[in-house]
Amino acid sequence: MNQNASTAGTKPAKEAKPEAMQTLELTDNEATVGQCFTDKPKMSMRNVNVFYEDKQAIHDVSVDIAKNEVIAMIGPSGCGKSTFLRSLNRMNDTVDGCRVEGKICMDGEDLYAPKLDVVELRARVGMVFQKPNPFPKSIYDNVAYGPKLHGLADSRVDLDEIVEKSLRKASLWDEVKERLHQAGTGLSGGQQQRLCIARAIAVSPEMILMDEPCSALDPIATAKIEELIEELSENFTIAIVTHSMQQAARVSHRTAYFHLGRLIEVNPTEQVFTMPAHRLTEAYITGRFG
Amino acid sequence: MSKSVDNLEKIRKSLSRRNRAEKRFRFYGVTAVLIGLAAVMLLFTDIVSKGHGAFRIAYLQLDITYDQDLIGIDNLTDPQQLALGNWQAMPKVSLRNQFPDVSGRKDKRSLYGLVSNGAGFDLKDRLLENPLLLGDSETLWVLADDDIDTYYKSWLDGEPYDARLTAKQVAWIHELHDQGKIRLQFNSNLFTRGDSREPEQAGIRGAVMGSLLTLILTLLLSFPIGVSAAIYLEEFAPKNAWTDFIEVNINNLAAVPSIIFGLLGLAIFINFFHVPRSVPIVGGLVLTLMTLPTIIITSRAAIKSVPPSIREAALGMGASKYQMVLHHVLPLALPGMLTGAIIGMAQALGESAPLLMIGMVAFIVDIPGGFSDPATVLPVQIFLWADSPERAFIEKTSAAIMVLLSFLIIMNTSAVWLRKRLERRW
Amino acid sequence: MQATNILFLILGLGCFAFYLGRGRSLAIAKPLGGIRHLHSLPSYYGFHAALWCALPSLFLLSLWMIFDDLLINSMVMDALPAASAPADSASYNLLLNKIANLADGILPRSGESAALITAADQMLNYRVVSRWSLTALILTLSLVGMAWGWSRTAPLFRARPVVEAVAEKILLACACLAIFTTLGIVLSVLFESIQFFRSVPAFDFIFGLDWSPQTAIREDQVGSSGSFGAVPLFVGTLLVSAVAMVVAVPIGLMSAIFLAEYANKTVRSYAKPALEVLAGIPTVVYGFFAALTVAPFLRDLGEGFGLSVSSESALAAGGVMGVMIIPFISSLADDVITAVPQSMRDGSLAMGATKSETVRRVIIPAALPGIVGGIMLAVSRAIGETMIVVMAAGMAAKLTANPLDSVTTVTVQIVTLLTGDQEFDSPKTLAAFALGLMLFTVTLLLNIFALHIVKKYREQYE
Repeated sequence: MNQNASTAGTKPAKEAKPEAMQTLELTDNEATVGQCFTDKPKMSMRNVNVFYEDKQAIHDVSVDIAKNEVIAMIGPSGCGKSTFLRSLNRMNDTVDGCRVEGKICMDGEDLYAPKLDVVELRARVGMVFQKPNPFPKSIYDNVAYGPKLHGLADSRVDLDEIVEKSLRKASLWDEVKERLHQAGTGLSGGQQQRLCIARAIAVSPEMILMDEPCSALDPIATAKIEELIEELSENFTIAIVTHSMQQAARVSHRTAYFHLGRLIEVNPTEQVFTMPAHRLTEAYITGRFG
Repeated sequence: MSKSVDNLEKIRKSLSRRNRAEKRFRFYGVTAVLIGLAAVMLLFTDIVSKGHGAFRIAYLQLDITYDQDLIGIDNLTDPQQLALGNWQAMPKVSLRNQFPDVSGRKDKRSLYGLVSNGAGFDLKDRLLENPLLLGDSETLWVLADDDIDTYYKSWLDGEPYDARLTAKQVAWIHELHDQGKIRLQFNSNLFTRGDSREPEQAGIRGAVMGSLLTLILTLLLSFPIGVSAAIYLEEFAPKNAWTDFIEVNINNLAAVPSIIFGLLGLAIFINFFHVPRSVPIVGGLVLTLMTLPTIIITSRAAIKSVPPSIREAALGMGASKYQMVLHHVLPLALPGMLTGAIIGMAQALGESAPLLMIGMVAFIVDIPGGFSDPATVLPVQIFLWADSPERAFIEKTSAAIMVLLSFLIIMNTSAVWLRKRLERRW
Repeated sequence: MQATNILFLILGLGCFAFYLGRGRSLAIAKPLGGIRHLHSLPSYYGFHAALWCALPSLFLLSLWMIFDDLLINSMVMDALPAASAPADSASYNLLLNKIANLADGILPRSGESAALITAADQMLNYRVVSRWSLTALILTLSLVGMAWGWSRTAPLFRARPVVEAVAEKILLACACLAIFTTLGIVLSVLFESIQFFRSVPAFDFIFGLDWSPQTAIREDQVGSSGSFGAVPLFVGTLLVSAVAMVVAVPIGLMSAIFLAEYANKTVRSYAKPALEVLAGIPTVVYGFFAALTVAPFLRDLGEGFGLSVSSESALAAGGVMGVMIIPFISSLADDVITAVPQSMRDGSLAMGATKSETVRRVIIPAALPGIVGGIMLAVSRAIGETMIVVMAAGMAAKLTANPLDSVTTVTVQIVTLLTGDQEFDSPKTLAAFALGLMLFTVTLLLNIFALHIVKKYREQYE
């Protein structure tokens, strides 16, 4: 089986694949199926390859993300969806030995151009992480962190306003308005994650990346976050990586399926879950592996 | 979204300022590291540049006659005669013959000042080794005085330092130099002799032996005790207030100033138990107490790194807890423990403050031969020499520091090597 | 017989007992059909016999070593005729020393009073008796122990649990040595300090502004008020430590930040051990460096600017001490900085913070307790550092906050007071213990507090 894979030129995956997957081997020249491109993309990726040292994690991915769209990325673990997400705001820069090839543009601007400032990019493309990571500061300071950094508030009143607005947008205001100056780490897991979302939207980014934002949360907290994502999609473009197909089905407009570092299929969510175009997608959503 | 665009403007405006701050911060970081590294370099170059000269020392070529009448001796086996012999007369006469024009008490005294005060005794030792030389004469290289040595070296280096010499002495040295009768030789005294008031006679052998004896005792006591304590705390100790108390004590002792251990040694070992002052026994005891926390802490870390599965496997075979520890945990943890012991010993080797308290700071000429002989240790010898006013001792001190540092470097690199070589990764 | 010889005798007998016990168990096992018919392995029977043989004797030996001198001394002194008996404790010790020196032949016997000569002879006598009775007692005890341990060897005798229980007690005793050490420190400094405070009131010591212990050795001035005011020493210690911290904290902290957050693997793997070399250099070397290189350099530099810099300035000693402490701070700071979870960095960077903003606004605040704890440990180290200040700082107690001036410190005074004359009960030497008590208390409090903070901090991120 491994021999097959190598003659086909595929990078051998790290984990041994179960027998059932034998028929599901993908070949090298397999093109992405589905509706990858839009007319006026917020962000567009063309032939993106990502390497860690000399290991290739993402193979030749091309896709567009439309404005105010929620796009979900699903796939088995280790398929590169998180790596892909992190290359959209260059968080991969913080990993030693990580290299990105290809073209990623936001509003036509190359994100990997040498003159581009990552600080500005990350202010425009916010991110929410898998594990809630509020800073060990007060709730207020957590949200005010970004605006203070970037000098977005001209006065204390201004800052108060931004903080309140962001917390309201993250539907956390009512729960925390009485204790804004208590530590953010004292909140429950779901609240912490909403705090992180509030923190991200406080700088009014154009796009928000969410890396499995609910994987550390209980179902009730998850439901709240999902609700929130739906509300946020009115104002923001959102790319969400998720482990849960149900979640992808609930919150996203389009769904992208990744497999072994390749983008297999991109289609409107409903279509992906009802009649997937690619046999691998079908195998994944019917639960033959994952 | 106008808000967003507005924000973007603000962000862009702040960018150059923030990037400058970033560069500045990074620069501070680099500077800090460079200052630290520069300090290391400066320290080493300073010591080496001051001390390298001490490994060579000036000798004068003299024609020595072992004249019985001059020395006042006719029987080399009579200790009384040997003790009273006028040994220094031999180099003096030789110098007078070398420079026959010198007259007057003052000039003669400065002429005699060319050779070391101990030169006569060196000749005596040579004579005792070769009794047939008595009455004979030979041409020998004789140790020069420290001031001569200092001047000669500094003159060779192009920056003559003649503050402690008379003009005549300088002239004589140049004359000797022109005749090839003064030269620098390897300074074997430095490694073969004990302390002396005369810089050219002083050596570190006594201090090195003292350090060795003290360290042997420290190792013999602290390693078994430290390892036992670590085994107890890791494998047998129940989780209770007493164990916590022991732990707190160990951690605190590791941070107690070393001089306090000296006070402890003085009050308990010397004044209460009447252990004699200045001997390696008391030094070893004090250093044992001082290094014990280090050894316990590193040994515990080593024991902790042995995976529990090994313990379970041994217990599962029906081994008792002791058998498990002795047969499995201890051998696996040994490299880590040895590393800790070497580090602890390196620490003890460099320590001087507590030893000042317990009298190991005395001026001791004899080389100690046992644990109960008065001794000093290398760092204290450095301290003593650094305090001496003679300029030649600066060079000696730096040389002793170089020796001490090389011991430490050897110990520390062997600890690193041991860790890399023997420590298992689980 | 010498104590060390007795020790070796006991150990030899112990080994012998081991072989006897082991041999007997093997001999017993043979007719039964092998050692599996014994409860424990043969070596345990050997150890059992050896423990019985050596432990009681060792215990007796150590007790004897502690008490025989005291006992002999008091017996000799009690036997002195009333005419030559000492009047107070000071002359008691003096007299005792004299008798001991007479006995050891250090002092010549000619010209001493007959009573003292008798006492000295008596002392020698008692010592011989003590040694021989000790040898006899130990020999008996060991042999009896050996016989008992040997006789207990039997197939059903549970030797292993017994041996292991004793071994555990021995291990426990080793672990408790740390407590005894602390206790020893506390008792020794406290005991001597209390004696000191009898002649010099504690208040005058702690709050007095004048320190001149040299005047107090003269008989008529013993305990003269005002000469033992330690405030100048405290101020000097603080001044030198402050200079050290001003050097060490920024450099140590910044290099830790640089190495943890900015430097790549290669730079880190070379720079870190290179910096740690500074920690391995003996303090006496730093002292030499400070006294012979840095201090003259600073003095010349000061002259160039028209400043008068003392050649034993607090700046030189403190600066070099700071260099010594750099690796201490940087490795502690490195520990706490790398303990801050990566998710904090990611969170901040993803907000568009630059690296320095992340460090200053997120990592440092998060690591602050650990850093503060580390700095406190460093301060405690600076306060207790001895050799650098002994070699490079002054002797004269001056009440000044000028780092260019020469000051003296607590540790310097301890060393000078104790390396000079060694009359143990003069206020001068006792003052050293009072200073030691101060030093121990302050560093202990700092350490406990700092270790507590650091521990709490570690737990937070574990």
